Amino acid sequence: MSTATAAAIRRPADAVLRISEEAALEAAVVEDDTTAVTAEPGDGPMLINMGPQHPSTHGVLRIAMELQGETVLRSKPIIGYLHTGMEKTAEDLTFLQGPTNVTRMDYASPLFTELVFCLAVEDLLGTEIPPRATWIRMLMCELNRMSSHLLFLATNGMDLGAVGMMLYGWREREEILRFFESVTGLRMNHNYIRPGGVAADLPDGWQDDVEHILTVLPDRLEQFDTLMTGQPIWRDRTQGVGVITADEAIAMSATGPLLRSTGEAWDLRRTMPYLAYDEVDFDVVVGAYGDTFDRYSIRLNEIRESMRIVAQCLDKMPKGPYRTEDRKVTPPPRARIDESMEALIHHFKIFTEGFRVPPGETYVAVESPRGELGCYLVSDGGPKPQRVHIRAPSFVNLQSLPHLMYGGLLADAIAIISSVDPIMGEVDR
Amino acid sequence: MTGDPLFADGVDWGDIGIMGIKIGVAFAALLVATMFMIWFERKLISDMQHRIGPNVAGPWGLLQALADGIKFFFKEDLRPANADPLVFRLAPYISAVTAFVAFAIVPIGGVFTDPASPGAVGRGGTVTLFGKETILQVADPPVGILLLLAMSSVAVYGVMLAGWSSGSKYPLIGSVRASAQAISYEAALGMSVVAVVIAAGSLSTQSIVAQQVGGTWWGGSPDDWFLLTTGIVPFVVFLISATAELNRPPFDLVEAEQELVGGFHTEYSSIRFALFFLAEFMNVITMSAIMVTLFFGGPAGPIFFGLTWLWPTVWFLAKVLAFLFVFVWFRATLPRLRYDQLMSLGWKVLIPVMLFWLMFLGLRQLVVDQGWSTLQKVVVVLGLSAAGLALGWSLLAAALRAAKRNTAGEYFEGQDPEAVTPTADAPTGSVPADRALAGASPGEAGPEGES
Repeated sequence: MSTATAAAIRRPADAVLRISEEAALEAAVVEDDTTAVTAEPGDGPMLINMGPQHPSTHGVLRIAMELQGETVLRSKPIIGYLHTGMEKTAEDLTFLQGPTNVTRMDYASPLFTELVFCLAVEDLLGTEIPPRATWIRMLMCELNRMSSHLLFLATNGMDLGAVGMMLYGWREREEILRFFESVTGLRMNHNYIRPGGVAADLPDGWQDDVEHILTVLPDRLEQFDTLMTGQPIWRDRTQGVGVITADEAIAMSATGPLLRSTGEAWDLRRTMPYLAYDEVDFDVVVGAYGDTFDRYSIRLNEIRESMRIVAQCLDKMPKGPYRTEDRKVTPPPRARIDESMEALIHHFKIFTEGFRVPPGETYVAVESPRGELGCYLVSDGGPKPQRVHIRAPSFVNLQSLPHLMYGGLLADAIAIISSVDPIMGEVDR
Repeated sequence: MTGDPLFADGVDWGDIGIMGIKIGVAFAALLVATMFMIWFERKLISDMQHRIGPNVAGPWGLLQALADGIKFFFKEDLRPANADPLVFRLAPYISAVTAFVAFAIVPIGGVFTDPASPGAVGRGGTVTLFGKETILQVADPPVGILLLLAMSSVAVYGVMLAGWSSGSKYPLIGSVRASAQAISYEAALGMSVVAVVIAAGSLSTQSIVAQQVGGTWWGGSPDDWFLLTTGIVPFVVFLISATAELNRPPFDLVEAEQELVGGFHTEYSSIRFALFFLAEFMNVITMSAIMVTLFFGGPAGPIFFGLTWLWPTVWFLAKVLAFLFVFVWFRATLPRLRYDQLMSLGWKVLIPVMLFWLMFLGLRQLVVDQGWSTLQKVVVVLGLSAAGLALGWSLLAAALRAAKRNTAGEYFEGQDPEAVTPTADAPTGSVPADRALAGASPGEAGPEGES
């Protein structure tokens, strides 16, 4: 330690974190032009470990922070505590079983990972899916975006000390999850969107349930505005905190609300339309300052935009089959199995071997509540993918954390982690 | 009028017995009140948050706090290896004892009006206990309200030492916050008390309450409350400072769960943790009671029928309950302030405002005491107040301008601001590499090091 210079220790390749704390503190005393720590001995930065067990690191994110007083200097997000090898697992599952696996990645918005996987499979298959399936997918995904953003509002409120907001956010999200349960049978990890369509048609009376959500939610959002948006303490805590510019955000591949908060109107629903997003009317919400408040208000207003899309889905929902009639991809109706030998064979083949996908590779991306969610899929012609890679927006967005948190206070760091809204299941996969 | 009339004719064994009863009752009442305060807070906040809240232990969950307390007794008392054994054990008691002592000066009852003769100020806040006249508070020392300030200052040691002696980083940050917060808000709190003392001309809580009893038959007319006679500002400052002093939301930075895990009591468990918890809720009750005493006429209120001595206590409890409600309401509604915002509010807003207001009240009092003519009054009060306002305003403006500087200003002083704050024209969005701590991967040496 005594032989190494401070600059050498602080070089990213030769990390501060690998030396003992005393050594790091000693190193901080040495004049160093990069961070200008001119503190007296014993008054240097403190290394503090936030997470993986910490109330506000959104699961098992761990952040090593260097604190000067309460000012955060350098920091490093450390991930991997929730790694379960899901991408590798996907190689052992058939294309039909795939959604069951990927839906567990982003547990706050599971339908999007299902969607992007199925879009990739359909892209390789070259299957056309019926319009009703497309619109059902869009309806469900927008509802999921609402529930995910409501979850964000809940946790963001809690992280900033507005504990009441946590309960209100969960309460509103519950309305949507109840609808999901009636449609998919599950509140999360639905496995609802399948290659070739969706698993089941919408249940009778689904319009009423959606209407109910659309009538209840606007008032509640107004209440959130009263409780938080207009609240001076809330503004003080979020405005100007964790500022990032558009160039920096792009340089770090940030997408979603993190990028849009800088004023960059990049929303895949608009820029690279998929499903039927070019047929519905909605606005892309952008911020101006790239701060925590913008990211908060973008999500709040995206709920409103999603409600517009859902209302249009309600009006325009086409009739027809909810999945492709191609029996090589989707199983036949249950009743047909008793009557038709061919149907029985199809059913047997799909659920034992699975359907074969032509060789090739593809990359498909959708706009998840957290940003660009991509799926890179390679097929060797067999019934199982050769390689599945999910481009998880939480994972990519996490790398801007050290930049966002630099120079802020400890309390700001919490607000920033919350505003990036990482889902660790998706980060680690 | 200070002092307990009990001792006016010397001290005999009966007096000592009465004192013993009063201490015992106050102690027990405070403990029970704390228990119900915990229930009240949890139940009320559940209502505000659309939850049910505790409902299993006892009717409506009333015994929940008791059940929790008993549970704490049977939990293992852990002490971190790095903790300072003596201080770590001592700290919870400092918090708890000061919370008890501060309550001793609060008059919780006593007949301040005389229903028999409307218009008279009454019996000076006494009741008859076993044939002896006495006041319904444990003690009415001449230093009176200063005892509260003393106790709340000492209570900070409990929090500070707890965090410091834990030998852990999050509690340490919590305790540093605690000492800074307490020192800052103690000043504003003290000054708003001074406003009341100027108006009352006495430090004794008994006499402060007696001053607020009006001449009307029902006593305690809000016109005479110090809330109005000191002009509301001291009350607002007191309420904000008291919230900060109590570490209640939105000023609960000391134990900000989302930032510091548990704050100063992260490493505490078992009954030592319960003592902090108890002290905190007890302080909420004490502060509410003090606010009622200072600004809302204490136990004074109309006495209708039946037990004459009971009515003031009922009024007192009702007023305290209103404040407890307010504290819970704060907690359910407001986000937490940031550390630097807390400091700005204390030093740059509350203290200047209170300084100016004290000057105004002092001038007014001077005019009243000197018995000057109306013209003199107007000239002195308005003229000097205007001068003071101008001076204060310029100081406040200067302070607020300073507040607008970069919050991280001190640390980055002398540095090129471009290097610190990201700017729109930063070249191709390059991010300084030194902002990321690099190197360690999960499972390797953590920031704890080998120490």
